[in-house]
Amino acid sequence: MEVLTILIPVSLFLGGMALVAFFWTMRSRQYEDPDGDANRILTKDWDDRPKP
Amino acid sequence: MSLAADPQGPAALSACPACVAAPSAQDIARMAAPRQARLMLSVPAVHCAACISTLENGLERLPGVRSARVNLTLRRVFVEAGPDLTAADLIAPIKRLGYEAHELDAGVLSVTDTDRQGRELLMRIGVAGFSMMNIMLLSVAVWSGATDATRDLFHWISGMIAIPTVVFAGQPFFKSAWAGLKVGRFGMDFPISLALVLASGISIYETWHSGHHAYFDAAVMLTFFLLIGRYLDHRTRAVARSAAQELAALEVPRAIRLTGDTEETVNVADLAPGDLVLVRPGGRIPVDGVVTAGTSELDRSLLTGEVLPVFAGTGREVSAGEVNLTGPLTVRVTAAGKDSSLSRMAELVAVAESAKTKYTGLADRAARAYSPLVHLMSFSAFAWWMWATGGDVRFAINISAAVLIITCPCALGLAVPAVVTAASGKLFKKGLLIKSGTALERLAEVDTVVFDKTGTLTMGAPEPTNLADHSPADLEVAMALALASAHPLAQSLARAAKAAGVTPATLTDLTEVPGYGVEGRHSGRRVRLGRAEWVGADPLAVTATYLGTNAGTTGFTFADALRPGAAEVVAAVQAQGMRVKLLSGDAAGPVAELAERLGIRDWTAGALPQDKAAEVRRLTAAGAHVLMVGDGLNDTAALTAAHVSVSPASALDAARVASDIVLLGRDIAPVADAIRIARQSTRRIRENFLISGGYNVVAVPIALIGLATPLWAALAMSLSSVTVALNALRLK
Repeated sequence: MEVLTILIPVSLFLGGMALVAFFWTMRSRQYEDPDGDANRILTKDWDDRPKP
Repeated sequence: MSLAADPQGPAALSACPACVAAPSAQDIARMAAPRQARLMLSVPAVHCAACISTLENGLERLPGVRSARVNLTLRRVFVEAGPDLTAADLIAPIKRLGYEAHELDAGVLSVTDTDRQGRELLMRIGVAGFSMMNIMLLSVAVWSGATDATRDLFHWISGMIAIPTVVFAGQPFFKSAWAGLKVGRFGMDFPISLALVLASGISIYETWHSGHHAYFDAAVMLTFFLLIGRYLDHRTRAVARSAAQELAALEVPRAIRLTGDTEETVNVADLAPGDLVLVRPGGRIPVDGVVTAGTSELDRSLLTGEVLPVFAGTGREVSAGEVNLTGPLTVRVTAAGKDSSLSRMAELVAVAESAKTKYTGLADRAARAYSPLVHLMSFSAFAWWMWATGGDVRFAINISAAVLIITCPCALGLAVPAVVTAASGKLFKKGLLIKSGTALERLAEVDTVVFDKTGTLTMGAPEPTNLADHSPADLEVAMALALASAHPLAQSLARAAKAAGVTPATLTDLTEVPGYGVEGRHSGRRVRLGRAEWVGADPLAVTATYLGTNAGTTGFTFADALRPGAAEVVAAVQAQGMRVKLLSGDAAGPVAELAERLGIRDWTAGALPQDKAAEVRRLTAAGAHVLMVGDGLNDTAALTAAHVSVSPASALDAARVASDIVLLGRDIAPVADAIRIARQSTRRIRENFLISGGYNVVAVPIALIGLATPLWAALAMSLSSVTVALNALRLK
């Protein structure tokens, strides 16, 4: 049972990281144009490097 | 318009009364840095990956454009540009790329506010979801048999995650419950808030005393599912609102004011009585006024339903909303902005709108029945167990909290939004925009459909009907004359003649006489095409233009072109057993002819706006649920009086504001689909109520006899929510 003292903080930390990542995606407005994102993946425009 | 390119630029008059609260473009312009402009254009045709890259790359190559970003969901392009570029400058380059673009008035499009609300809700869902997953991990351990110190530790950790979550994520419910409480109203949010508070409180108490049951997981799960319902609801409304605002923003309300010899473009809101306004051919008259110079013809179909243009010369009174057809007119303003007939009509509509929202939707009716029942049940459980256990407060409160949690309307909160979201998405794809939350339910009850004629069942665009009756020589001359004019009858005649393979005759000295017609010389003799009295012909009973040569006069008659899908929609609605009625402000001849063509037996011609509204009211009083489909200002009163109303996107702003559903495409056939989908979705909503009720019938007795555990609550809650959501997706 002692292992819980490590596992519980670890699971909370990992979950917290996911939550932070979710906040980041929301703040950078990644949910505003779902149709556009679905289509953008098909273009070859910025395949070799990200758009500046 | 250009948002921020010019800080002194014209402010925007909100085109709908409801948008008055939105900041004007001028305010936005003042706030933004003058060096950079964020332009917004509507590009309705953009639909694919290739479109996105063509548009973005094409725009970014233009001088002055810093970056361009297409939003495919909204069908808009946002451009960051230098100060000297305006949205109007971008329309031509976008056209060269192969897309039609429209300038959008940023003043009307205040997306930021709803945008922020949506993001806040999404953030709360994220937090609740995160907590739910973590707490559930710990709860599963407790349910599988963790005991003593381990169980207490798990409860403590759950509590430390759950309490901040409920405080943060539950705020929308607490706020609305408190707001309801202040005005003495118990909505659905009151039992929700009570359940959240009781569940958290009881759980803290139990944890403190090493109790067996803690409902932290239930509290957080409740928040999570209910927030999803809230978000779906918000999203449907935000999409509808932004599309409706976009329609309004397409009409940038500006006018050309004449001061001495100079012309300046100003906002309609800045015009004062006594100002002189220039209205170019093709432009809509922005104000009420009197013509002081120029002759032309006016298309009044949006105001009265008449297809036939009327003559306008010096001294004629004109009203806002009429379209100037042939010659430039100078108009002295008698009433502008808020005083104009157009805006007064829009205000009437706004008043009628607030009356309409009194319709109580299924969700509200369910909440009204449900809320007292839940409280009563929870309280009687408390009272009964207090008596049965001889005053064990802790046990009695535990039971009543369990009852509240289990009955809490997780599924009920999702039942309506999930179905409405699915249905509005379906209808949006078909080109119908649902503006009002209860429009679907009202549409499902419809048994009588009233159509307007001009602009609704017809396109409001005339087509020649008797080309074949004319000699080739006449046709050639008429076509040559028609080509020289911008008048809709002439243009339609020229198009039809071209389609019939006619080659225009060679004419000299072509001149357009605004308000009368076109004249020219054909092999030395004068020829005219235009109004009957000017040409010297006897006027016919139908819409016509007349050709006068030295051989005599002949008339070209016109009929209004049918809107695509008009025949289908009338047939489909009649097939569903509904009564169909045609109510038009136009003359009896064309109305009878159209009714005949579409198979409508019941029709009225020459109806004034108040007649239309009175007829709708009469039908309603006789017990009918009327669906009114109309586009003109003369329809607005009838649109608001009807049980539910539809107007095409080409309709006047006031008419669109008045209606619950806007038809975005040209085709009117989807209206019949809308009725079918509305009926289906109302059925789904009722099924969903039954499903969530069914879960309660099983779970509530278990809670009442004190056997409910947190595991039971979690199961009932998640199962019912998922079933309800899946049922909503069954919509076809």
